[in-house]
Amino acid sequence: MSTKTRPLLGWFIADTLAVARRHILKITRVPETLFFALIQPVMFVLLFAFVFGGAIKGFPGGAQDYRAYLISGIFAQTVMFAVAGITVGITEDASKGIMDRFRSLPMRQSAVLAGHTLASLAQNTLVIIALSITGLAVGWRIRGSATDAILAYVLLATFAYAVTWLGAWIGLHMPNPEVAGTAGLAWIFPLTFASNVFTPVATMPGWLQPIALWNPVSCLALACRQLFGNPNPFVGNSFPERHAMALSFGWAAVLLAIFVPLAVRSFKTRNAGGQA
Amino acid sequence: MSKAISAQGLVKSFGDVKALNGIDLEVEQGSVVGLLGPNGSGKTTIVRILTTLLRADSGTASVGGFDVQSQPDDVRSVIGLTGQYAAVDQYLTGRENLELFGRLFHLSKRDAATRADELLERFSLSDAADRGIKGYSGGMRRRLDLAASLIGRPSVLFLDEPTTGLDPRSRQGMWDVIQSLVAEGTTVLLTTQYLEEADQLASSIVVLDHGNVIAKGTSDELKNQVGGDRIELVVSNAADSLRAATVLAPFSSGQATVDEDAKRILVPVAGGSNAIVDAIRALDEASIAITDIALRRPTLDDVFLSLTGRITEEDQAPKAPKSGRRSRRGGN
Repeated sequence: MSTKTRPLLGWFIADTLAVARRHILKITRVPETLFFALIQPVMFVLLFAFVFGGAIKGFPGGAQDYRAYLISGIFAQTVMFAVAGITVGITEDASKGIMDRFRSLPMRQSAVLAGHTLASLAQNTLVIIALSITGLAVGWRIRGSATDAILAYVLLATFAYAVTWLGAWIGLHMPNPEVAGTAGLAWIFPLTFASNVFTPVATMPGWLQPIALWNPVSCLALACRQLFGNPNPFVGNSFPERHAMALSFGWAAVLLAIFVPLAVRSFKTRNAGGQA
Repeated sequence: MSKAISAQGLVKSFGDVKALNGIDLEVEQGSVVGLLGPNGSGKTTIVRILTTLLRADSGTASVGGFDVQSQPDDVRSVIGLTGQYAAVDQYLTGRENLELFGRLFHLSKRDAATRADELLERFSLSDAADRGIKGYSGGMRRRLDLAASLIGRPSVLFLDEPTTGLDPRSRQGMWDVIQSLVAEGTTVLLTTQYLEEADQLASSIVVLDHGNVIAKGTSDELKNQVGGDRIELVVSNAADSLRAATVLAPFSSGQATVDEDAKRILVPVAGGSNAIVDAIRALDEASIAITDIALRRPTLDDVFLSLTGRITEEDQAPKAPKSGRRSRRGGN
């Protein structure tokens, strides 16, 4: 028996896949994880489409168009919620000592996070597919070109991947999984509600509008609506509205540029278990 | 050939707390060294520095001839680590866990599978190999954890309190496994709070207190310093106390301590369990009624008492008012 020799990048990929496999196996062992990850956005669609949808009288095109408008918003919101799962997962690994085991192995250290985020991406892809099916069922349609639709899905996946690195970084700084559970979600609610996810920005008070316009969640939702060819009333001519797709990719790139190195550094230098 | 583990002047602080105060440590190839000390004495910090998980503020250390700071990957390829918590994924099966760690140790897929099989067999986990860890007992999880740390056939094995929290039977099982590893020539550095455990497993013991090494030696050397075994006897009538000490004098290996108020006599003995049989017979012949008699083995507290004049801080007990001796908790 001997260990194999490979270039460093080869080992990084092999280690990443081995870690990702662990997390995917885990999802198959606890199917509830996936079930609740799927059920949450579906609930949001149903709640907003049918509970609030009737009350939103001023929406041009009525409830039917509001539902078509809503789905892209929920896509963006779901991608943000992807943060919570990985935040808890990382904190759990740290508190159980398995992270110390990884760190004492001669593996590529960054593969621990790369594998975890890759598995999250696989899970989020499934969630986005389930959400698309729900959308079709309530009247959402892809009206744009096939290329634009593919671009929209690539954008969603890229954004989902970028936020999981933010989630990983948060998870590495949380004292225990319980705190991580609330910390992972606390900042997402204001971020998704002060956006165009559920209501057009033009209906918001003036001071809130610039914040909502530049909000990455708004950019993402707007970009999806544009690419899917969905109704987009009240949309203005401001910079973030004209360049929604480019800005969304930009936001994702900024998140990755900041949080990949930060998370890897936190992982390598962390002092789990503390003293004694 | 260099030492398996060598450390000079390790210092580590966490904020205001000085965890290590300049630790020197040498471990010969193939030997077993026990780090003995209460919680907070610095045992785990030493292990974390030597296994590349933590950087020392100052000082140098090498493991298997590799520097822990400048050659961490080389160190990681020759060590195995079993921490205080079973560091395995509870949603995976035993086999999946071992194969995962084998792959991450950069074994080929086939080698990882073969190695997992070998280890499952060796640690009597073959029957449970394809069950989730969730259903494992505490002892089984610890055995799997130890198996995981052996995936890469480490030449230096770190065991951080390997039996803490285990029931006596599982503890004995772990001891047997560790002893067989030692017999194969693995160098082991283990930490423990139990003198008995260090005694069973380690060829030499380093006693730590507040990040300082306060004693080094074989278990016999330490025990002699403490005074070895002793018979603890409680007589029914206070008046018999002194007479009991006299009756037991022939079996004693040192000066007996008599506490008349508590009707308690402590007699150092050398003969172990034979001594207690002789003692009971002699007391019976002298018609001295006893309410309690026990053979006490020295514990970490005893070592601490004799080395530092105080017991381990966690269970610091008040001084016994009359006799001026400190009261101690029972042996474990």
